[in-house]
Amino acid sequence: MKPSLTVRRDLSNNLRAAYARMWVRLRGSNRDPIALGAEIGLPILTIGAYVILYHAIGLPATAGAAVIVGGAMIAFWTNVLWNMSSQWFWEREQGNLEMYMVAPVSRMAILLGMAMGGSLNTGIRALGIILLGIFVFQVPFQLREPFLVGIVFVLTLVALYTLGMLFASLFMLYGREAWNTANLLQEPVYFLSGAYFPGFYGSLVPQAIQFAGSLIPMTIGLDAIRRLAIGGGDIYSVWLHIIALIASILILFPIARRTLNYMESLGKKEGRLTLRWQ
Amino acid sequence: MVALDQVDLEVYDDEIFGLLGPNGAGKTTLIKILSTLLLPTQGEARIKGLDVVKQAPQIRRMINLVSGGETPGYGILSVKENLWFFSQLYGLPRDFAKDRITKLVDQLELQDYLNTRMSKLSTGYKQRLNLARGFVNDPALLFLDEPTLGLDVLSARHLRTLVKDWIKTGGKTVLLTTHYMAEADQMCDRVGIINHGKILACDTPQRLKTKVAGGATWKIEITPNLSQPESVKSVQGVLGLSQNDNIETGITTLKLVLEDESVMSDLLSKIRDNGCKVLNMGKSEPTLEDVYISLVGTGLEE
Repeated sequence: MKPSLTVRRDLSNNLRAAYARMWVRLRGSNRDPIALGAEIGLPILTIGAYVILYHAIGLPATAGAAVIVGGAMIAFWTNVLWNMSSQWFWEREQGNLEMYMVAPVSRMAILLGMAMGGSLNTGIRALGIILLGIFVFQVPFQLREPFLVGIVFVLTLVALYTLGMLFASLFMLYGREAWNTANLLQEPVYFLSGAYFPGFYGSLVPQAIQFAGSLIPMTIGLDAIRRLAIGGGDIYSVWLHIIALIASILILFPIARRTLNYMESLGKKEGRLTLRWQ
Repeated sequence: MVALDQVDLEVYDDEIFGLLGPNGAGKTTLIKILSTLLLPTQGEARIKGLDVVKQAPQIRRMINLVSGGETPGYGILSVKENLWFFSQLYGLPRDFAKDRITKLVDQLELQDYLNTRMSKLSTGYKQRLNLARGFVNDPALLFLDEPTLGLDVLSARHLRTLVKDWIKTGGKTVLLTTHYMAEADQMCDRVGIINHGKILACDTPQRLKTKVAGGATWKIEITPNLSQPESVKSVQGVLGLSQNDNIETGITTLKLVLEDESVMSDLLSKIRDNGCKVLNMGKSEPTLEDVYISLVGTGLEE
């Protein structure tokens, strides 16, 4: 077969696999109404509590809006962590990882499918939180640049899911520690990204924490969206955020790809890809 | 720990090759190396001339793997949806995949369960689905790792027939691991007997049986079982011994492979020294189990 045909066939194969994995995620979630209800409903309770608290202590209404945006965005991190990165661990326990390894398909394509399915699902949850903010708590949004918000949102998601791919390579070899590691990565990011803080990141958080937080794409993206959607900012107020997000993607993607290949090779040498119930 | 030691095998096109050995013999390790799931620490393996380490992506287009007792797929999806999902991992176009799934569902008699969630299937039907998944890309080489594990007699027979019919379509090869002697005997064109990571013998089942036919194979029923089986094994001229206890009847069946029948009187006296009573005895036609006993010295179940 000519090399160009092989490339086309492989690309088509990987896109089909990514679409199929996305479809599994969407179909699976929709068949489990309790899980779906819990995913959408439970975070709303937490966020609602913060909004009421900030209102009760006399903070301006923008504090509630900041929490609403933070709650909507942090849902994507939870999704990246539990439904993509650590998913390799569950897939191995089910025997699916072996099938992915035997099939002529890139592991990145499977992760892409998980990311697409997960972000669509989580998008519904995020939308639910935003609607709650607007219609129930009546938090104020000043959306002057909706297109720019869209760009920042997409860049943040791409950076987050690329980070998820990097973590996925670790979870590929993990045993029972996968659960604890996912927890370990969840709460600190909630804190460092300032998801539930009542304002802009720089004005609230000490510099030492800001430095640690700025290493996480979620922090950068969330702050940029808050500046655009709550502070009424424009491109001049978030251009640095956009550059930082693009840089994150450009740095993280090749690292994720190489790490995934390395960990797969290591797993095959040590036989850990096919070990269960470690 | 050495899982495979100096394994040297060639499997031909259009054959069902069986790897027969006890648990821990190295069968699954060998299959995992060949199916690109494990890297060998040394040596090389090729499939259709392609190196399993350096040319794994090309090999993956030609193979599939079905492991008994495993149920890959998503419990929340139906049989049809799971098969569609796996067909997409092999890049099958939509209509083509649909036709193939319909055909496989018919062949594996899964029609009534097409829209049933995988989590609600019985073990036997899950294994049928697993096998259908293995056929979904119509591989040139299918690895079957103990495919009838946990299946009832009828399901296992159905599965064996299906694999034998499939290989007749031409251009196909099956590498089967099993520890069921009858399954290997019935299905395989050639059999490799493996123990402690080493291939002890490799030939057609008939030729392997002929090799032990020069000696004598006996089946002796005793009660109770041997308290010191080693004392019987150590009798000069005993090549191998296996004992199967029937808990319900209290009868133990000894299968013995002997150099010749002159050792019989020494053998019987050793059995009596063990405090056993001989209930029945007779010469038997050699089976693959006898081949295994003569090569390894014990039965597969021990």
